[in-house]
Amino acid sequence: MSEALDCPSPGVPSADGEVKITVRDLDFHYGDFHALTGISCDIKARSVTAFIGPSGCGKSTFLRCLNRMNDLIPGTRVDGTVLLDGQDVYGPGVDPVDLRRRVGMIFQQPNPFPMSIYDNVAYGPRLHGVKKRSELDDIVRMSLERANLWKEVKDILDRGGLTLSGGQQQRLCIARVLAVQPDVLLMDEPCSAIDPTSVQKIEDLMAELKSSVTIIIVTHNMQQAARVSDETAFFLQEQAGEPAILVEFGRTAEIFTSPKDKRTEDYITGRFG
Amino acid sequence: MKRDAKNLTNAAALAVFWLAGLTTVVVLGAVIGYVLVNGVGEIGLEFIFTNPHGVNAEGGIWPTIVATLYVTGLAMLIVTPVAVLAAVYLAEYAVQGRLVRTIRFAADTLASVPSIVMGLFGLALFVESMGFGFSVISGALALSFLMLPIVMRTTEEAIRAVPKYIRWGSYGLGASKWQTVSRVVLPAAASRIITGIILSAGRAVGETAVVIFTMGTMINLPVLPTDPGRSMTVHLYQLAMEGINMPAAFGTALLLMAMVLAFNLSARWLLRRNRRMQG
Repeated sequence: MSEALDCPSPGVPSADGEVKITVRDLDFHYGDFHALTGISCDIKARSVTAFIGPSGCGKSTFLRCLNRMNDLIPGTRVDGTVLLDGQDVYGPGVDPVDLRRRVGMIFQQPNPFPMSIYDNVAYGPRLHGVKKRSELDDIVRMSLERANLWKEVKDILDRGGLTLSGGQQQRLCIARVLAVQPDVLLMDEPCSAIDPTSVQKIEDLMAELKSSVTIIIVTHNMQQAARVSDETAFFLQEQAGEPAILVEFGRTAEIFTSPKDKRTEDYITGRFG
Repeated sequence: MKRDAKNLTNAAALAVFWLAGLTTVVVLGAVIGYVLVNGVGEIGLEFIFTNPHGVNAEGGIWPTIVATLYVTGLAMLIVTPVAVLAAVYLAEYAVQGRLVRTIRFAADTLASVPSIVMGLFGLALFVESMGFGFSVISGALALSFLMLPIVMRTTEEAIRAVPKYIRWGSYGLGASKWQTVSRVVLPAAASRIITGIILSAGRAVGETAVVIFTMGTMINLPVLPTDPGRSMTVHLYQLAMEGINMPAAFGTALLLMAMVLAFNLSARWLLRRNRRMQG
């Protein structure tokens, strides 16, 4: 994949790690509204990438392009290329349902299904044909352990998922996604609706998970981006009504200490100051 | 001075509102009280569980209770799959456009068709053309027409009330649309759907015009769906209007009200329990 090496966007460091997702010249439309334009970047495997930027700058929209979640919204259109492990995500013969199993997603609002904790975690594996109880038991336990929730819920697995606290619910949702063994985990502001102690737990969890999963997180919280991510992408819509662009993409340490673009610097110092 | 006038107007308005509100309660209380006073003396095990006999229909009303529950239950069985599937289509699959608006408008209009017209239609279609005769099945089919729009619309609302982000969670795990609808959305909406079904059943129990046209007036214990029967409402009508047995009419009325109330209360109970579980 030579094209991954000559990425046209500014500020991208030479690819020193394995690239998981490659995006080239992506444009996105909601009906007549042109939401994103000219997005190109390489997301490294087994790392945490943070998407930052002001509200309404298309971070979440871009995130949903990566697992074709936007397909569910009528009237949307994607142009450009998204490659997952070198394979075109929007190519013919790609089943979005299968893609979403490989590219899991965590939402801002914890969204356990109205069923038991066990059934929540077993939901994905059951969809994909796992029927044997012992096998499901193992998957449920392993997934809850990986999500650091097992100790808290191991005796109440038959209780409703909605009886848990907000932070526990979010970790249950993470366990539920991990149960289908995704390669990539998309997190859309996963901490903005939960309490600070739980935020800490989820940030710790991300650090543990990145050894096996590629994580992309959208966050409004600069400090959080600085704490958890290896690389950061800064999105900006410069004028109302115009499409948003990817201004700068690079190592988090560099973006936060010596951004190359004046707009990135203004945003970051504005937020910190 | 001016202030006093203002306060006076305010108090007067308040009194009017209060009286209007009170009227509702008084009317309800009067109806229930009157039926209760006149009917409670009749009701006993014998009244509920024995057959009427003699020229003045003395004894009990058991066959009419069976016929009422039979026809209502059968109508629920018929209406539930059709209404739920139609609602799933409208809420989840249909492209929201002209066709869907037409279906919704048709459902709302169907709900306001006078029940006697529905009875006439049931008589023409099920009793005569299709040859089911005066029977429980004819009654159930005609009643299901009456219940269909209610169940369909409440089911559609229940499905729409399931939050979008819960569906996304399912899609995000690689579920197809049907898997999401059948495994997450319908279970999440189930108690509200059941509430709608129970409320419509309450309406069916109290329905008179439709069943008099389709199930007939014969007092017998219906066994097969093709047997005729007399519902409690029809029995009540005949007892009272033909002056046969007023006390038994009030007894029947009281029992009928108790049944409708039971339906409504169980629907409310289900909704409340559900809210507690999800809250």
